[in-house]
Amino acid sequence: MASQQNADPRPLSPHLQQWKWHWTMAASISHRVSGCVLYVGTVLIAAWAISAAMGPEAYATVEGLLLSWFGQLALFGFTAAISYHFANGIRHLIWDGPGAGFAPGTASAVSVFNFAFAILATVGIWSLVYFV
Amino acid sequence: MSNSLRTPAAQVRGLGAAREGTTHYIRQRVSAIALIFFVPWFLFSVIQAGKGGYEAATAWIASPLNAILLVLALGAAFYHMRLGMQTVVEDYIGKTSTRQALLILNTFVSVGLFAATALSVLKIWISAG
Repeated sequence: MASQQNADPRPLSPHLQQWKWHWTMAASISHRVSGCVLYVGTVLIAAWAISAAMGPEAYATVEGLLLSWFGQLALFGFTAAISYHFANGIRHLIWDGPGAGFAPGTASAVSVFNFAFAILATVGIWSLVYFV
Repeated sequence: MSNSLRTPAAQVRGLGAAREGTTHYIRQRVSAIALIFFVPWFLFSVIQAGKGGYEAATAWIASPLNAILLVLALGAAFYHMRLGMQTVVEDYIGKTSTRQALLILNTFVSVGLFAATALSVLKIWISAG
């Protein structure tokens, strides 16, 4: 025990390599990864809002950054993450509230649906940005 | 003799539940329910507002209804985000000092970003008169 004095002896979650790949497992880890992406991505939203409060010059700087290729790539990633986290988050609420959707077949099918939704929503949102 | 179902050894080690789990669980889900409504509204609006440059962006934020909804949305989002990152840190970081440092940092980042963005919205709303 001496070597563990600084470690909390509560168990940790199993890491990715402990799991056999399947749809529900991919959906679960994607929910966590997309959540972390959104955490970092809120810095973009914050920069946009703060620069709008600072004035036209600051806004133009941030706008230029967001419209550059890496800004657009970051926003694209943010959109994909929020689309997926949104769909899979609703599934989590259905699991926790009504308690439906736990059957393995259903859970796998909903996982596939959530990935498909995320792709379609991301494409839809960026169509709105560029073509509407 | 205590009536506890836990063994004497378990009581001495003090490694039961942290007693905060249910509260965390409920708050995570209540903020998620709020975000179901805020996220589509925000994405749709911000795309329109963002296309018109500084004038359109500040005009959108300055509308009282938008400003109020924005502050509520930011509150729900940064709260949800803090709870989520807390779970990730607690799941994977075993070393107490690192874990506690990251949990404190998580709170500072979430509260800091919320204050900065909410105050920016209020500044734009109020200065628009």
